[in-house]
Amino acid sequence: MKADAIRDKVAVVGVGCCAFGENWDQAPSDMIVDAAYEAYADAGIEEPQKQIDAVFTGSIYSNKGPHECADALKLFEKPVTMVSNYCATGTDAFRCGVMSVAARLYDTVLVVGYDKPKDRGVAGPSVVMSQVRDLPQTPAGWFALCASTYFEKYGAGREDLARIAVKNHHNGTLAPNSFLKREISVDDALKARMISWPFGLYDCAAQTDGAAAAVITRADLAKSHRDDAPLVKAVTVMAGPNPQKDPGNDFLRWKPTGWAAKVAYEQAGIADPSREIDVAQLHDCFTLTELLSYEDLGFIEKGAAKEHIASGTFELSGELPVNTDGGLKAFGHPTGATGVRMIYENTLQLQGRAGDRQVKDPEIALSHNIGGHPTACGIAILGKGG
Amino acid sequence: MAALLSYGVYVPPTRLNLAQIGGRPPRDGGPEKAVAWNDEDSVTLAVSAGVSCLAGFDRESVDGVLFTTTTQPFQEKQGAALIARALDLPRSVRTADLTGSLRAGLGALRAAADSVAAGSARRVLVVVSDCRMGAPGSAQERSFGDAAAAFLVGEGPGIATLGESFSVSDEIVDVWRTAGDPFVHAWEERFIVQEGYVPRSVEAVRGLLEKTGTAIGDFHKIALYAPDARSHGTVARALGIEGERLQDPLLASVGNSGAAAAPLQLAAAHEAALPGDRLLVLAYGDGAEALELRVEAGIESLDPRRGLGWHHARRRTVSSYAAYQKARGLGTTEYPAAEDPGLSATIHHRERDEDVSLKGQQCQACGAIQFPVQRVCESCFAKDRFELVRLSDRAGKVVTYTLDFFFPTPEPPTIVTITDVDGARVHLQLVDCKPEDVHPGLPVEFVFRRIHSVGGRPNYYWKATPAAEDLS
Repeated sequence: MKADAIRDKVAVVGVGCCAFGENWDQAPSDMIVDAAYEAYADAGIEEPQKQIDAVFTGSIYSNKGPHECADALKLFEKPVTMVSNYCATGTDAFRCGVMSVAARLYDTVLVVGYDKPKDRGVAGPSVVMSQVRDLPQTPAGWFALCASTYFEKYGAGREDLARIAVKNHHNGTLAPNSFLKREISVDDALKARMISWPFGLYDCAAQTDGAAAAVITRADLAKSHRDDAPLVKAVTVMAGPNPQKDPGNDFLRWKPTGWAAKVAYEQAGIADPSREIDVAQLHDCFTLTELLSYEDLGFIEKGAAKEHIASGTFELSGELPVNTDGGLKAFGHPTGATGVRMIYENTLQLQGRAGDRQVKDPEIALSHNIGGHPTACGIAILGKGG
Repeated sequence: MAALLSYGVYVPPTRLNLAQIGGRPPRDGGPEKAVAWNDEDSVTLAVSAGVSCLAGFDRESVDGVLFTTTTQPFQEKQGAALIARALDLPRSVRTADLTGSLRAGLGALRAAADSVAAGSARRVLVVVSDCRMGAPGSAQERSFGDAAAAFLVGEGPGIATLGESFSVSDEIVDVWRTAGDPFVHAWEERFIVQEGYVPRSVEAVRGLLEKTGTAIGDFHKIALYAPDARSHGTVARALGIEGERLQDPLLASVGNSGAAAAPLQLAAAHEAALPGDRLLVLAYGDGAEALELRVEAGIESLDPRRGLGWHHARRRTVSSYAAYQKARGLGTTEYPAAEDPGLSATIHHRERDEDVSLKGQQCQACGAIQFPVQRVCESCFAKDRFELVRLSDRAGKVVTYTLDFFFPTPEPPTIVTITDVDGARVHLQLVDCKPEDVHPGLPVEFVFRRIHSVGGRPNYYWKATPAAEDLS
């Protein structure tokens, strides 16, 4: 990998995000249009059919391929690609767009992440079993597998997870497009019905529909769109072994996060993430996933999450605010949309446009997805522009 | 002479205390019945009995499997072939099912013995298993229990020489189940006892005594199939069997286990048998069949195994009658609509080594054992240098776990683990274990169970269960 191939080559000149939720009366195309046209307006794009050179779209539920997005936006006679990479799908679509611009293949690219899981008529468990060995289980069961081992080694427990849920519920009340806008208490979280130990209901992200979009362009062209466009410092995805069969897994971490972080920090020239990163959107599909990510991303030492959760390090007013918009907890997790929704939030934060949830003067913002069993991680780092 | 070389039994751990049927709390010491749970059926019970039976025997030496049941999971599809695969028996094994009759277990033993005597088979595994259902509220529901027994039949002397048998065939509509009906039905009880069970049983036993020139008093243990305790006593009295010699029919502890009932008693008789003992076993169903055996010195050198006492000691009472009904598919319940596109039979076929035989692979370059079968080594990246290894009879250890309360099961939660087997990691459910007893490091062994019914048919896979060393 060429560490300097990405840094400061590409700017995010426009972002958009539809309201996430149980969007019963919206088709995927409705959400795509809402998100993309908000991003167009943000970028000052008035003739997308002329100004957008290529589209990278990400979805894992759609069975219509890239045409769904192309047709919704009527972006024809240009390359449109669909990316699928589990929960890192949105970040990977963004990465493909960034690479194509950095390679000077295109000037201006639209990235759209979306998914519509609520059209399937499935309320909770969403695991399609197609093989004998597929255990009838939910993603909660996959992500819970680090709990018994981590709790035993580091003395953390359900209360620590509950505090993460409380934080993200609070942050979600401050984000206009979030699905859950309700404060909860630690007690609420601990008493909620059990889903997959140690995850109670409030430890789990909701299933929602949503779409988010970003317009990216070459850094030297950014000023023609806006003055404060953040620059891409790093973007990577990383494949990992299936932890359910990986003989070397210690179930104290999800390996791909550490691997992706190492590469992303190298790309961005970050030596000390705990000091240099000012705000982060982490993949809180389950509270424990967020907890492990604090450590696997090098924000804190392995095993130190409990004390940092207690001291409020990752709260809006803390030293390194995490999931300023409430994260997957408050927005739900329309898989393809999530990574792009995080780009949206980090862009607003870097531009000082995040309203009541604005973090003070952030310079560097990180977003992170991890998905599959989990088997794939995506990380994007943006820096303040202008 | 053909002989039994080994035996094995399996009784599912769950018990329904008969008081629970009436909605009352279980009565301590009261009658109970063994219940195959929702991940168990005749095939899985048979596999577990087969595993126990084959302990200490080279599985490569088995060249025949006869499976007997009245409750085949499939109307069309062989049970014996599935059982043979789960037991990782050689591909050239001859397999057949003898089904639809309560007395086919003794017929299978006879057929196995005849094959061995004729030289057409060397070692035949006979597995007998039943999971009969009585309609809710019926007398059958109270009396039926689930169990399995297995015998390895080969050239003697073994543990018991298979002697003469005597068979009576009769046409009688006393107990039956028609195609497509989940429940066994019966004609009037007095008719069954007076015109069927009692006279045919007595006739078969007397026929055998006459044929062999023996008296009932020559036998040390007599195992009689019986639909209920009362008629069991009637036949015993008619034959003049004294109390000590009558094998416990297990009616109040296991229940009437159908085709497995007589073979299960025969296996149990071996647990206490001494060389030289003579055994007599009777099976009933559209006639009756009696078989005599002579216990050989080999009984004393047979490896210790899990007997009925072991299974009795580890039993647990179901939480409620409603949970029992759910487990047996009798409750009304609305599961979340399953996305059930079916399961690829092609993939199932491709992966039968892993799924049915629980085979992993050992890298011939670095020695690492891994699961499932894959082309490139997880450890050293060597390509295509593997040998299949059977994991099902190895010891495992829980690495981590979760308790899944979300997926609908009769008694949530479902325990899901990552289990280590000699370095291989396998994602497995943990069964027959209380949630509070699971912890990282828990030693486990493996049991063949139903995993799910995707595609509208039973799919089988292995599960972990806490390892048990105690053979008492």
